[in-house]
Amino acid sequence: MSKSIIRLDSIKRNFQVGDETVHALRGVSFSISEGEFVSIMGSSGSGKSTMLNILGCLDTPTEGEYYLDDVAVSSMNKNERSTLRNRKIGFVFQSYNLLPKTTAVENVELPLQYNPEYTGKERREKAIKALDAVGLSDRLYHKSNEMSGGQMQRVAIARALVNDPVLILADEATGNLDTHTAYEIMVLFQELHSKGRTIIFVTHNPELAAFTNRNIVLRDGKVIKDSANEHIESAKKLLENLPKQED
Amino acid sequence: MNIGNLIKISLRALNNNKMRAFLTMLGIIIGVASVITMLAVGQGSKKSIQSQISQMGSNMIMIQPGTGMMGGVRQSSSDMQSLKLEDYYAIRDKTSFIASVSPSVSSSGQFIYGGNNYPASISGVSPEYLEIRKLTIDQGNVFSRQQVASAAKVCLVGQTIIKNLFPNGENPIGKVIRFNKIPFSIIGTLKAKGYNTMGMDQDNIVLAPYTSIQKRVLAITYIQGIFASALSEDVTEKAISEVSTILRTNHKLKATDQDDFNVRSQQELSSMLTSTTDILTILLACIAGISLLVGGIGIMNIMYVSVTERTREIGLRMSIGAKGKDILAQFLIEAILISFTGGIIGILLGGGASFLIKLAIHWPISIQPYSVFLSFLVCTITGVFFGWYPAKKASQLDPIEALRYE
Repeated sequence: MSKSIIRLDSIKRNFQVGDETVHALRGVSFSISEGEFVSIMGSSGSGKSTMLNILGCLDTPTEGEYYLDDVAVSSMNKNERSTLRNRKIGFVFQSYNLLPKTTAVENVELPLQYNPEYTGKERREKAIKALDAVGLSDRLYHKSNEMSGGQMQRVAIARALVNDPVLILADEATGNLDTHTAYEIMVLFQELHSKGRTIIFVTHNPELAAFTNRNIVLRDGKVIKDSANEHIESAKKLLENLPKQED
Repeated sequence: MNIGNLIKISLRALNNNKMRAFLTMLGIIIGVASVITMLAVGQGSKKSIQSQISQMGSNMIMIQPGTGMMGGVRQSSSDMQSLKLEDYYAIRDKTSFIASVSPSVSSSGQFIYGGNNYPASISGVSPEYLEIRKLTIDQGNVFSRQQVASAAKVCLVGQTIIKNLFPNGENPIGKVIRFNKIPFSIIGTLKAKGYNTMGMDQDNIVLAPYTSIQKRVLAITYIQGIFASALSEDVTEKAISEVSTILRTNHKLKATDQDDFNVRSQQELSSMLTSTTDILTILLACIAGISLLVGGIGIMNIMYVSVTERTREIGLRMSIGAKGKDILAQFLIEAILISFTGGIIGILLGGGASFLIKLAIHWPISIQPYSVFLSFLVCTITGVFFGWYPAKKASQLDPIEALRYE
């Protein structure tokens, strides 16, 4: 058994809305090992977003303990969690969240700017390497508004890779893309996985879950299914079989 | 995140909204430029007044008889006869802080030369008077001690007198002019001094030996005033108290008696006039300061817009590891950058405007280093002060909410 990256110990998260207490998560426990490609699925209201925020150290559980890379997160303050996110997590968002009018390489450098250990030169080198890994080495100095959606999401993925995180957290990463481009992005995720990256893919789309090697399904704040995917689809093959677009 | 990066980020953000950044800056530019210009004008007029006063003789001390009662009637000081030549001699011989001293008697009347006449007053003084009043001889000579002793009918004339009595450009030296039928021969002319701050023509002047005026014009033995100059401006106060002591002894005044004379220096005049211009300067600076304040509010407003507009960016930065203080610094630096750049442009513009004022309407201006420094300081503080609140608000955003912000 390889090293466990994530360990959730009966996580509960309650929100106070007016006089009512909303139980978004009602005791969730699972662990994810290094090198896994996990999808977390659930319809809206299932606690998926809350799960994502807690996994991303943006939020802390009301009860229970969350260990990221063997570090207990619940007791950390805001600044400590900021540093933790900066060093251990790479985020990929549905709407890319690139800085406008900023070049690809500068966007990718961004997380390293909040890490004083890197010099300007090292930042640039690592950013170029990360862009190379997502196949954008010919788009280094294109500005974010001069790129297509797929390219922007690749830049965002490069940004998530640049700090060598232990975990890549993708939130509906293909939600804004057409099928063709979405498959391309899934190919990229599968490639990254094959190179040993730990990836958590949060989505409501069961189709995409087929590409991951473990599926966790949430409903009403509880895990209702947690199983290994027996039939992992190759995004690359699907992409090749996709009818050619006429444009 | 280091400061260089923060400045770079802020510059890009401003660059993305050039017009908005410029308009925000404009408030600061106008504020700073008006502070600089107003202070330059205020300081300029203060300086010109000071220099005019020092041209009049900044260490000059004037002694006049005090007002007093004569036969139950309060007299004007020029009618009082309390100052005597003995007082003049005493001040001349017994003081240690006085450089030169001259008695003064004067009479006004009509000067006549040939077919021209001109009303003016003639002052009876000693040769030291020229030194005290900073007057210089243009042509000819000052009257001598002998001429003073013999009450000679000689005089020195200023340029206004020359212009009016000798309109054809004759050389006045050696000519005889009449003052109330008494002939005075001109032995020297005075260099032009122009008008002083109070609008008095300093060239409308005729000087004669005080003895001549006393004996031949006024037929009096007392003197109307004494002019003296202190060794330097710094010892003026000491010289005044010395003169007062001497005069009190001379006049045999008891300790309880009031002075029967007035001793005044130019410093009083100078401080009176400069305090007037100081008030003016403060007033102008206040108006300018208000415009700087308005500019600052402009910054605050636009920073609010900027924070709201970039909520998602803030959320992203936080999610990838920016701490609250990083976000605070980013927006604060942006605000400071606006006010700082505005400040520099404002200073240049203010300097230019002051220079234009000097060229166009010939007002005296003086740009003080302190006013430049001050407005620079003020606009940086403005940036911090008005940038702080929006930046603080940005730094306290919840990254989850910020990322979801539409």
